[in-house]
Amino acid sequence: MKHPLFHVAGLTFAASAAMAQTPELTIYTYDSFVTEWGPGPAIEAAFEEVCGCDLVFSGHGDGAALLSRLRLEGNRTEADIVLGLDTNLTYAAAETGLFAPHGLSPDLDLPVSWDDPDFLPYDWGYFAFVGNEGGPAPSSFEELAQSDASIVIQDPRSSTPGLGLALWVQQVYGDEAAGLWADLADNVVTVTPGWSEAYGLFLEGEADLVLSYTTSPAYHLIAEEDASKIALRFDEGHYMQVEVAGIVASTDQPDLARQFMEFMVSDAFQSVIPTTNWMFPAVMPEGGLPEGFGTDIDPETALLLPADAAAALRESAIDAWRTGLSQ
Amino acid sequence: MTASDGLQFDRLDLGQGDFSLTADFTMSPGGLVALIGPSGAGKSTLLSAIAGFLEPRRGLIRWHGQDITRLAPAQRPVSILFQDNNLFPHLPVWKNLGLALDPRLKLSEADRSRIDEILDRLGLAGMGDRQPGALSGGQASRAALGRVLLADRPLVLLDEPFSALGPGLRQDMLHLAARMMEEAGRTAILVTHDPDDARLVAQRTMLVMDGIVHPPIGTDALFADPPDGLRQYLGHSGDMSRR
Amino acid sequence: MAHGSEPITRGLPLWPGRIAAGLVLLLTLGTLLAVGLRAGSAGRFGVADWAAIRFTLVQAVLSSVLSVAAAIPVARALARRSFPGRRFLIAVMGAPFILPVVVAILGLLAVFGRGGVINDALIWAGLPAISIYGLHGVVLAHVFFNLPLAVRLILQGWATIPAERFRVAASLDMSVWRFLEWPMLRATVPGILLAIFLICLTSFAVALTLGGGPRATTVELAIYQAIRFEFDLGRAALLAGVQFTICAVAAAAAWWIAVPSALGGGLDRVVQRWDTGGSTRFSDACAIGMAALFLLVPLTLVLSRGVTEIAALPNSVWLAAGRSVGVAIFSALLCVVAALALAMLRGSAVAGLAGTLPLAASGLVIGTGLFVVVHPVMDPARLALPVTALVNAALALPFAYRALSPAVEQVEASHGRLADTLGVCGMARVRLVLLPRIRAPLGFSLGLAAALSMGDLGVIALFAGDAEETLPLAMYRLMGAYRMDTAAGAGVLLVLLSFGLFWLFDRGGRHDRV
Repeated sequence: MKHPLFHVAGLTFAASAAMAQTPELTIYTYDSFVTEWGPGPAIEAAFEEVCGCDLVFSGHGDGAALLSRLRLEGNRTEADIVLGLDTNLTYAAAETGLFAPHGLSPDLDLPVSWDDPDFLPYDWGYFAFVGNEGGPAPSSFEELAQSDASIVIQDPRSSTPGLGLALWVQQVYGDEAAGLWADLADNVVTVTPGWSEAYGLFLEGEADLVLSYTTSPAYHLIAEEDASKIALRFDEGHYMQVEVAGIVASTDQPDLARQFMEFMVSDAFQSVIPTTNWMFPAVMPEGGLPEGFGTDIDPETALLLPADAAAALRESAIDAWRTGLSQ
Repeated sequence: MTASDGLQFDRLDLGQGDFSLTADFTMSPGGLVALIGPSGAGKSTLLSAIAGFLEPRRGLIRWHGQDITRLAPAQRPVSILFQDNNLFPHLPVWKNLGLALDPRLKLSEADRSRIDEILDRLGLAGMGDRQPGALSGGQASRAALGRVLLADRPLVLLDEPFSALGPGLRQDMLHLAARMMEEAGRTAILVTHDPDDARLVAQRTMLVMDGIVHPPIGTDALFADPPDGLRQYLGHSGDMSRR
Repeated sequence: MAHGSEPITRGLPLWPGRIAAGLVLLLTLGTLLAVGLRAGSAGRFGVADWAAIRFTLVQAVLSSVLSVAAAIPVARALARRSFPGRRFLIAVMGAPFILPVVVAILGLLAVFGRGGVINDALIWAGLPAISIYGLHGVVLAHVFFNLPLAVRLILQGWATIPAERFRVAASLDMSVWRFLEWPMLRATVPGILLAIFLICLTSFAVALTLGGGPRATTVELAIYQAIRFEFDLGRAALLAGVQFTICAVAAAAAWWIAVPSALGGGLDRVVQRWDTGGSTRFSDACAIGMAALFLLVPLTLVLSRGVTEIAALPNSVWLAAGRSVGVAIFSALLCVVAALALAMLRGSAVAGLAGTLPLAASGLVIGTGLFVVVHPVMDPARLALPVTALVNAALALPFAYRALSPAVEQVEASHGRLADTLGVCGMARVRLVLLPRIRAPLGFSLGLAAALSMGDLGVIALFAGDAEETLPLAMYRLMGAYRMDTAAGAGVLLVLLSFGLFWLFDRGGRHDRV
């Protein structure tokens, strides 16, 4: 309906008029959420069944791009909800003042407690290095650095997993982070702008390991019946990514938005997540996790910096990464 | 005929930097006038100024008393035949000729028949639809001549237009051109480096030498008793003319 | 007007060029200004930014010098050899220049990567493996992209040396190199170096994917990070300003040695020569063979890998492909109209500036600037496709301008005076004289602009919702959804459509009646 040429030609008059009858809820999210293999289509259908509204997902790059887009648009944004930020971005997101409290306090199945008033989680995962069965499998950053294993990672300045890794190392190693990065330098084959490129290179055989999620092998197992991919368990613990959504303060559909947030932590939404977004649901669905998710590792230590601490550490984590790898 | 009739060079200076070329006389209209001189003397420079491709450093050019010094080429009473590229190779012959009637090529039936008529006269009947590339050298020259004849412009500049043709064909073309100009009542200036060409078709000849354009005098008289400079040039150009 | 020896008329209309130049300036510098104003506060540089500037310069200089150095023997060999399939080879060897970056990187990795054919061979032979990542990888990729451009431009230079001169040189036993080839190269190479330097200057995905770490951060990448991740528009504007400044300095440096070079057209002619016997035959065969291998093997590998996936591509990919083709054609038309308008300004400084600026412009800054301007007025998603076409047109403009400008000059030189005396001026001159005479470079420019637009990912990502997805974006999103095989299929489709558009336009231009 939004095809610009139609608008230019004025051909959508009838369609627009018809749509004006039903309220429209616009959700900004990242690209992979809205593809036909992502959670978007199923969730859109499920919510529209109960809301009597038109739910429109609008994909905008990745989590970081999403936030930048919102900041560019400011109060004039058409977004009613932003879905797809992670905890490393929520501090900056809250700082913009563009978000309103969601006012919900559902029971979440997260390894950490949650009390953010503006943002509500819908799924989560652990960052992990993913490799091949029978390939190198170090069990800690130290061991990885000592080994010959080659890795592909993402740039923390342009990718959410990349930033997650930088914060992971920073949280574990503190002032020693730059030293660890220097030790890792000969393992790093290359640094990519985003997750897609890195994972593509790994699948092409360019590296033994790639930074991804503990749930990545589940995709290969379930969708491709390929059991050869494994996620490595690190003794230091695993940094978490918690993906959240928030209501935009300037929304013209506050009630619908709140209804969606409730829907988001309900079974109809949550049961779709594992095999479409390949992450852990924030609320365990009634049927539990699908077969195959059980093969994932369960780290002893879940690491997650609170949003403000993540924001504060971000610059030094990136500095350590840059300094260490530039040597 | 009054004193202002014809092509008047009023203290004209076509210099560029150190190079200087002056002309200060009136060329009375009628017939074919040759313009000869050694290469580099300024024959083409003078032609460029008359045609409007070159703005003089000083002085004026008039035609029948009207100042044309600053007119655009198309606004001048002048048509020109160049050494080459006289036809647009992507346009059929009749459109090339048609450009002389309307530069936007909006041609009427009457225009079309005028074009055919000229083609007939030049022995090019039925060739109007051909592309210039499909014509022989002589045919292309005649087609270009036809374009000049169609244009309603009294002064015609011929800038060594047939130099690419063989000697026999070139002389034929010169005769044809001279005859057509005569019949159409045009005044023509023929640039040539070959004194034989001048003798062949020009009643009068202008000499360009040492930075000065000299007024036209009878061709036969000029060659019967050439001035020193011309004598020297002729001596050297004996070989040149038989290139 | 009073100074002597000036032409009195200008037969071609000037207003289209003035409009085009104004639009280009608005699109490049205007958007930069919009971003800077939106930022509010001035940006500032950190240590990392200086390192990025240094790295950018080093890789751009190395890439351009190596591209040209490698192109000279190849162009020379192609200029003096005729063999079956020569035309086809020249056409196909131009392919990498219009190859979408994501696809090209996959192709290079299939050859030079850790699991690529070269390393397979090295390991089989018991030799240590090589790594493509690092400065040398970045330079390799840039040479891969730009060698075809350099070959084509230099080949054009060879074609401008009249055949008679080779005959004269042969009869007088003169050194062809010293008297004919060296002067030609000296005139054309600086302009080509500059063009490739500028193309590499704004490189982003190649540098980061193959750079191997934060050392390989380019300025364009720093801009991307500033906009997308840090939302530091001030710094983005500042970095974009630095990019323009480097462009200006490089252009000034090349100005006094360079003359604008022609692009496209007239490459089919083999100049008959008399210095082509004996050992030159072997060295020419080597040059052509090596270049063909280097350029074509990665392409072939990537195509053969994804071609089986095409039939299974989902509907959404085909829709995206349709959108991309539409955008590419519209963008190509815009680009060529603007380039022709600029070329009709006949080498004025403004035309040169407008024809060069987009090379140094950051696609991201243009996109962000347009967003800032458009958003208060309407939903940018509605304008996603037109804006993408517009920006792609601007980014391809320098190439189209360089192809058309010499052609316009040539037409004016051979037929300008005739048109002047006949009064064929203004748009009639364009219609009756200019356009029919420049069909070949027009077709080439249209094809090039369409292909470059097909493969571009940049701006659409900033504007588009899912209803405006283009093929590169679809491919990128497929990769993000773990659909690597489908993405490879989309990649092949992208390549086929890019090349198909180029071929159609280019061929259309060459089939001239005259």
